[in-house]
Amino acid sequence: MRLPDWPGHVAGQHVDVRLTAPDGYTAQRSYSIASAPSEPEVDLVVERLDDGEVSPYLTDELRSGDLLEVRGPIGGFFVWPEHSDTSVQLVAGGSGVVPFVAMLAHHRTTGSSVPVGLMYSVRTPADVIGPDELQPRPGVGVVLTYTREAPGDWSGLRGRIDQEKLAQHVVPPDQGPAIMICGSTPFVEAVSRDLLALGHAADRIKTERYGGMGEGS
Amino acid sequence: MNTGDSIEARRLDGNVLGGPLADLFAVDVTMAAVTCAHCGRVTPLAAHQVYADAPALVVRCPGCTDVVMRCASDQRGVRFEMSGVRMLVIAKQAEESG
Repeated sequence: MRLPDWPGHVAGQHVDVRLTAPDGYTAQRSYSIASAPSEPEVDLVVERLDDGEVSPYLTDELRSGDLLEVRGPIGGFFVWPEHSDTSVQLVAGGSGVVPFVAMLAHHRTTGSSVPVGLMYSVRTPADVIGPDELQPRPGVGVVLTYTREAPGDWSGLRGRIDQEKLAQHVVPPDQGPAIMICGSTPFVEAVSRDLLALGHAADRIKTERYGGMGEGS
Repeated sequence: MNTGDSIEARRLDGNVLGGPLADLFAVDVTMAAVTCAHCGRVTPLAAHQVYADAPALVVRCPGCTDVVMRCASDQRGVRFEMSGVRMLVIAKQAEESG
């Protein structure tokens, strides 16, 4: 999207997109921004929900050049911790990876020295969002787990993220990583519970859930 | 990802309040530390539970699950109720919070 008067965003922020029907009925959804702050345009990733009010319009009807009502950037809580003195651990389920794609892009474009790890649970290879940005590189570790179907030659993780996978692949609690979890509500709450059980401190964990209202986050 | 139909699966969090409350507050209130009037727990607004299915956005304390805020906006205007908030603290600089 090209947004006039866009003040710039911080990696992790979202926008609200509002649609208004001819009869005045409005529906609004929150979508995380996928692009780095340094990019002049703002990218959103919209996952189509068949019974959604907003996503079918955005994915099926919207054409290049159409106008959209957008509010943002929004949110100062679930954002990249710019001056973190610990490593940052990101945990994503499905399209919950979108704000983390922006964070990794920001990390790359600013040459950040903050060590960051991403653990990403995704159904199939075709569902991976932002694969180019998710390549491991110095200072950036990426662990994928496929829950439904893995590539033929896949030797990595399979199945949902559970306590055992978290214990193996997340920065351990004694290093006090800043943890950010984004995904569906059940995903976020299960991962939070497991991380607390592993000894991570509640005040080091930030979460963002998406559901009917924030379906794209 | 469609998270199903249970009320639990549709529970959101306070991050989603940033846009709607921008109509009312001059600062990003999702960063504010909210003291629950019911149990006294202090939590960033962003970490509260939010139910968006009701006619209003219903915000509940993640500790005691009592209602702390309700916010509705439609063609008639905005209605905002926060009797469940004992105190709302907005730090001077929006720095990283825990």
